[in-house]
Amino acid sequence: MTPTETDSIDLRALRLDDALALLAHAGKGGEPQAGESALGYLQKVIDGLCELSLRDPLTGLANRRQFHAVIERSLDSVARAGETMLLLMLDIDHFKSINDTHGHAAGDQVLRAIGATLARCVRPMDTVARYGGEEFAVILPSCRPAFGIAVAERIRQTIAGLSIAVAPRLNVSVTVSIGGAYAPEWVRSTPELWIDRADQNLYRAKTTGRNRAVIETPAQVSVSAEERGLLFSQLALDAAMVNEAGVAAAARDAGGHLSDTPHP
Amino acid sequence: MNDASSSQQPAAVPPHGKVLAVTSGKGGVGKTFVSANLAAALASRGHRVLVLDADLGLANLDVVLNLYPKITLHDVFTGKATLDEAILAAPGGFSVLLAGSGMVEYSRLTPDVRSEFLRVVTELVPRYDVVLLDTGAGISDVVLFAVSLASEVVMVATPEPTSLTDAYATIKVLVGQQQRQTLRIIVNQAVRPGAGEAITRQLQTVLDRFVATDPARAVRLVHLGDIPLDPQVRQAIMRRQLLLQAAPSSPAAVALAAIAAGLDASVIASVG
Repeated sequence: MTPTETDSIDLRALRLDDALALLAHAGKGGEPQAGESALGYLQKVIDGLCELSLRDPLTGLANRRQFHAVIERSLDSVARAGETMLLLMLDIDHFKSINDTHGHAAGDQVLRAIGATLARCVRPMDTVARYGGEEFAVILPSCRPAFGIAVAERIRQTIAGLSIAVAPRLNVSVTVSIGGAYAPEWVRSTPELWIDRADQNLYRAKTTGRNRAVIETPAQVSVSAEERGLLFSQLALDAAMVNEAGVAAAARDAGGHLSDTPHP
Repeated sequence: MNDASSSQQPAAVPPHGKVLAVTSGKGGVGKTFVSANLAAALASRGHRVLVLDADLGLANLDVVLNLYPKITLHDVFTGKATLDEAILAAPGGFSVLLAGSGMVEYSRLTPDVRSEFLRVVTELVPRYDVVLLDTGAGISDVVLFAVSLASEVVMVATPEPTSLTDAYATIKVLVGQQQRQTLRIIVNQAVRPGAGEAITRQLQTVLDRFVATDPARAVRLVHLGDIPLDPQVRQAIMRRQLLLQAAPSSPAAVALAAIAAGLDASVIASVG
């Protein structure tokens, strides 16, 4: 696009009021900066709207739409790479009684505090989402089976230790129940099946007394670097044998010996 | 107890017939192709053979055989049809039990799926000489459960490093969880004669060193044979025909027939 075309955008001709109001409400947006091109400004507005459409307004976490986009991408990489990926579903215990006792504003404060705590408890690469009502979800890529329960326990204990200010001179404490499931490796699966498995463990956590984490561990299988090394060194030899004729010829041409031929 | 751990014990299958699980560590190595053509080869040797889509709808058995049944395992599981109504005659002279795409919801191993699965296999065994379970790839709980129902495990692998690593990982799980002591290997898409022998030796070496370290519980990998890389395989698959029917004298078909003959002599003949 040439500069002339860029400049031909007349911002006053566009109905941006609703979009700008949305952005302003989220603490973003504003008038074009001095010297900012109309195109640059529009791009910023669009980026801001995209960002907004993926966030939960109350907690600032990923919303359900973003969660589904991430979980679908994640399943793809699990099936292709055999990566171990954990999904945690988390539900605040007796949340209804907080709303009933202290009002919805207090409930909202609790949701915000839990959201912020969750985001602090996990790595930047993890996705924390508000799944609905008082239910949250966390997707943890590259989470080895041994670490799953440790992460879930850390989250559970941190939240249980919180004192959340919901009104002047009123703090409340809450607990959460957590259910987790690893994505089936090397297998085509669906987000629904994965979520369902995590949900079932959440249900187990709820029915066995709440304030606990239940994680379904995957069938243990790991191939150590040593094992891989032995397998691959043999493979490399085998590959050399495939090319035996060619390698021998090359070795002859180079005046060397076949046994000197390096293999990766 | 979770589903995976409860599938560790091999289930008791009446010893009237042979149940062979065809499995692989990695998908896309030709597991279903091997199952279908092996079934045809065994059928042509005079056996009553049935192939069961034990990947519960994720296998491509229907596509490989060009069959699109109205009644499937799904209907048997849900009680809408009897086993006999769901069993089809496949082109190669054997029977098939297809899962149908509706089974995707069963790709989780619930207690219901376990008991239905077990009931179906138990009912099938006395009626056939050989039941081939075309399982999924990898080590999901459904795969492990299906394999646990089999008296013999046939691993399909290609010579690629990823396929071999995954095959090794799967063998490791089957040895650890199901106490398997004999596993059979077919190397598909072999590029040169003897490739499978070498690969089996490699896998055995790593297994002896890292997994089967107790000499009292040795694990034996048996190389059943190689299926050479053969352009006619692709042609048959594209035409949705069995290789044994489309190109019976192709190198891959000859290899499959030889593997069937070997299985016949070593495994099936031992049925009491």
